[in-house]
Amino acid sequence: MCAASSPVAGRDGVAVLDAEEIRRALTRIAHEILERTHGGDGVILLGIPTRGVPLARRLAARIGEFEGLDVPCGSLDVTMHRDDLRLHPARALGRTELPPGGVDAKTVVLVDDVLYSGRTVRAALDALNDLGRPRAVQLAVLVDRGHRELPIRPDYVGKNLPTSQREVVHVLLAEVDGQDGVMISDGGR
Amino acid sequence: MKRHLISAADLSRADAVLILDTAEELASLADRPIKKLPTLRGRTVVNLFYEDSTRTRISFEAAAKRLSADVINFSAKGSSVAKGESLKDTALTLEAMGADAVVIRHGASGAAHRLAEWVQGSVLNAGDGTHEHPTQALLDAFTIRRRLRGTGPSGARGAGLDGLRVTIVGDVLHSRVARSNVLLLSTLGAEVTLAAPPTLLPLAVGSWPCAVSYDLDSELAKSDVVMMLRVQQERMTAAYFPSVREYSRRYGLDAARMARLPGHAIVMHPGPMNRGVEIAAEVADSVRSTIVEQVANGVTTRMAVLYLLLGGMEFPATGVAQ
Repeated sequence: MCAASSPVAGRDGVAVLDAEEIRRALTRIAHEILERTHGGDGVILLGIPTRGVPLARRLAARIGEFEGLDVPCGSLDVTMHRDDLRLHPARALGRTELPPGGVDAKTVVLVDDVLYSGRTVRAALDALNDLGRPRAVQLAVLVDRGHRELPIRPDYVGKNLPTSQREVVHVLLAEVDGQDGVMISDGGR
Repeated sequence: MKRHLISAADLSRADAVLILDTAEELASLADRPIKKLPTLRGRTVVNLFYEDSTRTRISFEAAAKRLSADVINFSAKGSSVAKGESLKDTALTLEAMGADAVVIRHGASGAAHRLAEWVQGSVLNAGDGTHEHPTQALLDAFTIRRRLRGTGPSGARGAGLDGLRVTIVGDVLHSRVARSNVLLLSTLGAEVTLAAPPTLLPLAVGSWPCAVSYDLDSELAKSDVVMMLRVQQERMTAAYFPSVREYSRRYGLDAARMARLPGHAIVMHPGPMNRGVEIAAEVADSVRSTIVEQVANGVTTRMAVLYLLLGGMEFPATGVAQ
């Protein structure tokens, strides 16, 4: 339920992270992943479309720079596993692309832009279950805005952002939106 | 998207491209250990088949099951239809059972359209008489796009079939596949030519969005796709050509004709084939032939259609039952 997938409304909101801060947050997360997984052995990064995918790629590139390690990177579309499908017209599907070798016995780090209700991550765990049996699953997000509706917590957080449920958080990434930034706006105007 | 899929003309270019893009994403499911998605759990799909069919019925059944829908198969043989029950009464029975979608094949043109007035769920036309067979056209378009426009991450996503030349050969008069393909492929930007003897072309063909030729040989060198149609002897009540041998010599695709196609061109057939009549065995089994791929793509494409019609919010009830 990341409210970030509709960048139409509220670009005029308040900027909470700029491009430089996003870069620093990702650098820190990349180091934390290496630390927590003892050098990144057996790690694969799976981004959740749309904006989790470029984030996963950036993290993989960062880890490559630091340790000279080639971390496999892919995408995991969760649309068909969502619990809110019947509340909207049928959505277009994103791409699921696993690195060669699959997820079996790997440490999978799921990557998304905003963590909100936790329902997207629940759908991702279900989708992953049909693809194989990872050794462990971890979660990295750029922004945690609170208001969880399920018992789900992130392992790596770029920024904790206290919000009210009326507010809308937009993550902008150069690969998708032409520029980097995180904006917060009042959705209920 | 509309609520029903009765005719290929119901689909705008955006709808058709969305279906092909969805199918492209679903295609990777075939390589996974668990070929099933939970999306249509608790939905019921009824296969209502008044005419014999193996591949279309099995294809729809596999598609619905891979999306976790419940499937009820109904064939006219051995049902109350044999006792004289009308299509409307059968429809009302299905309605009472709570079918979310009805896949219908019927010998009468227009049956799917009539059924859509009687049931609340979505109606998918799986072939009505000599009228239309829209999911066959979609799987053909999907097969063409994958072969000639590429697959993969960014390959064909969002693309139509612009500039491709498709020649549809043979019994157009009795073919619902031909009509649906002409409508859909031209919506997607392809240039369609029908090549058939004058006796096997419908009278209204002049109003279709395609060109017409009586000479297959002159079309071969400029075709990217050649789609052979089955000679439907069971629907032929008069003499449409002097002999099967003569038909085969003028409109059949043999190795010599295939050799005159451009190097990248593909050969399609909706099946079932009459080997040796409209298509020679060596052509059907060649690397240009997409006949087996079309069957696999049929399941994927029908999954995409079922997902887009049933996967989201329910359509607002518009058509009031008469």
